[in-house]
Amino acid sequence: MTSRSSRTGAPRTRPRHVVLSTAAVALLALSACSSGGGTGGSATQAAGTGGAAGGPVTVTLATFNQFGYEELIPEFEKTHPNIKVKHKKAATSNEARDNFFTRLSAGSGMADVEAVEVDWLPEMLQYSDKFTDLNSPDVQGRWLDWKAKAATDADGHLIGYGTDSGPEAICYRSDLFKKAGLPSDRDSVAKLFGTTWESYFEAGKQFKAKSKVPFFDSIGATYQGMVNQLPAAYENPGDDSITATDNAQVKKVYDQVVQAGITDGLSAKLQQWGDDWTASFQKDGFATMLCPGWMVGVIEGNAKGVKGWDVANTFPGGGGNWGGSYLTVPKQSQHPKEAQELADWLTAPEQQVKAFKKVGAFPSQKQALESQDLLSFKVASFNDAPTGQIFADRAKAVTMTPYKGSHYFAINDAMQQALTRVEQGTSPQESWDKWVSDVKALG
Amino acid sequence: MTVQSPAQPPAQPAGPDPSTPGMPSPAAHGSAGTAPAASPAFARRTPLAPRSGWRRRLTRLDEKGAPYAYVSPFFILFGIVGLFPLLYTAWVSLHRWSLIGGQGAFVGLKNYTDVLAQPYFWNALKNTLSIFLLSSVPQVIAALLIAAALDSGLRARTFWRMAVLLPYVVAPVAVALIFSDLFGDRFGLVNHLLGLVGVDPISWHKEVIPSHVAIATMVNFRWTGYNALIFLAAMQAIPRDYYEAAMIDGAGRIRTFFSITVPQLRATIVFVVITSTIGGLQIFDEPRMFDQYGLGGADRQWQTLTLYLYQLGWTQKNFGRAAAVAWMLFLIVVLFAVVNFLVTRRIASKGSR
Repeated sequence: MTSRSSRTGAPRTRPRHVVLSTAAVALLALSACSSGGGTGGSATQAAGTGGAAGGPVTVTLATFNQFGYEELIPEFEKTHPNIKVKHKKAATSNEARDNFFTRLSAGSGMADVEAVEVDWLPEMLQYSDKFTDLNSPDVQGRWLDWKAKAATDADGHLIGYGTDSGPEAICYRSDLFKKAGLPSDRDSVAKLFGTTWESYFEAGKQFKAKSKVPFFDSIGATYQGMVNQLPAAYENPGDDSITATDNAQVKKVYDQVVQAGITDGLSAKLQQWGDDWTASFQKDGFATMLCPGWMVGVIEGNAKGVKGWDVANTFPGGGGNWGGSYLTVPKQSQHPKEAQELADWLTAPEQQVKAFKKVGAFPSQKQALESQDLLSFKVASFNDAPTGQIFADRAKAVTMTPYKGSHYFAINDAMQQALTRVEQGTSPQESWDKWVSDVKALG
Repeated sequence: MTVQSPAQPPAQPAGPDPSTPGMPSPAAHGSAGTAPAASPAFARRTPLAPRSGWRRRLTRLDEKGAPYAYVSPFFILFGIVGLFPLLYTAWVSLHRWSLIGGQGAFVGLKNYTDVLAQPYFWNALKNTLSIFLLSSVPQVIAALLIAAALDSGLRARTFWRMAVLLPYVVAPVAVALIFSDLFGDRFGLVNHLLGLVGVDPISWHKEVIPSHVAIATMVNFRWTGYNALIFLAAMQAIPRDYYEAAMIDGAGRIRTFFSITVPQLRATIVFVVITSTIGGLQIFDEPRMFDQYGLGGADRQWQTLTLYLYQLGWTQKNFGRAAAVAWMLFLIVVLFAVVNFLVTRRIASKGSR
């Protein structure tokens, strides 16, 4: 029996091409079926390897943004020869939070030491039973009272070791100020900015009159500094219920920052941590920004080669704190003892001062705040600004700790989007209304 | 394709031909292709009579059951990895379910009604459809044209065929990160190039349609080459005498393309459209990496249904609602697939195959 196809007179090479391309397509289809593994693969590192009677133990450490641990880790490994450390960094606190809660709910995949930011610490404390109690005599009295209290759950377990805190000053471009004919040395600029938000925005109007460069990066970033001065912005400290949409103080701050940024035109409308914001450091994107200690490291990284950044030792509203993190040890960890050792060492006063010198992560440890090493530190690229002294002064000016409940992060995130919408052209009232419905949808 | 011997005489009885003992008749050969036991060479024995009863039962079991055994691995795998999660998601969507807290109270269809009442759901649906259309339509057309180009007499053919596949090999997250930087509103390369030609900078991350165009560009970048190779494989199965006949009749390249190539590719086009539809309605990587927050824009300008699902489930930790969105997305995809099927059935019935 003969088949029809071989009698059509097609050249012999035709079937081979068909065979090859069909095989290729089949392979592609198979790979397509398995594609979509995507980002999950490389990031899932099981907690720890080794550990059997004396072998070196591998401990994973997960941080975000800039903690300043790059040079500290080799030092730790040298002094603790049986522990190896693998360091994973997420780009932003948002990403770290997403990752953290996904893996917490999955029951595996968390690092042995996980960094948590203060904004989502209360949210995480709801599940404090999934974390190791880190209380030990070594760390008694190590931190400022409010710092340690924030990481202690209702049963008195200490769930996180405090790393840095975020006392805020104002970073500014002294060269742009000079060009605008305004005073440009640290002390005069601090006097120019004054001690209230009104005086800061007033200085901005003066600057705007004489310069094309926008005054600050975004109303979202400026709002962050303002809301951290409200004692209980979004939730009721008594029962953790959501009061954000009825809080007149929040509306006042919203209106004030929209007036300054949009109506008076002081904002550069560059969303923090975005590609445009990062690139703008090299292109005179804006002249000032609210500056917690850790922002100094970020500016140094983004503004390499740009001369003129400096720090003014003042803050509108008196004092403010933005950020500050903790190191936690999830119960998922296979090596809780070694993980606790690492967290203990990294948050010791000496190490935190070293991290401060590297990236500006200002210590929250009592001993570190009094150390001469810290107070005499100067940053060369910031016009030799004595950042240690400046941020120590700013930390002293922080008089109260705002209440942040379990919904704080979500509500604040929604507000950030509302402010971005306004910068992108939505009317302030419409954007506010959308925020109100977002907050209501959370409940 | 059935095998036929040429010049088959009309059907003759397949039984033994007593006039030619021992010699197989041509008719018997023609109709006895798959049952050698019925060949007249063994005509004197009873056909197909195993000696014992259980052997006969076993043979019958083998004949009837073997096909099911061959396809069972797929169905078992599908049952575990496909069907069970589908049903479990439906179960989750009927309860109040927190990401970390776990199962809560049974709430019936409340999650569905809640989600349908959210304007963000309809916004996400609109965005999904828009991005899907902007990506699938140009993709299929471009893939066809590229395949036609690859099929023609090019130099270094293999190199070009490998080259079109390169974008598919790059990790989607890496592509998204780079493209979203290129499409930066203020300092992106694309706006810079547009400025050189005199076009005002476009707000890729602010306005709705530009953001959809940017995301669709990323999706097209990844999948056009892949689809082009599928079309190419199908094109190469088109018998060449059609082209020879067309050339003899004096048809140009374009006429040949539209009158011969495209109609012959109907089945492949249907396949590509269906797979692009299913994939296009579930786009996640590209819109998620388009800005640093991954929510789909401050005003949800480019939030797709899968992004909305992720926000509900993992950021707001409301698994019940996320499961409801997942099931609604599933139903939407099924709806599109059914519509596709009905439309193509009509087209296919008109076609040659």
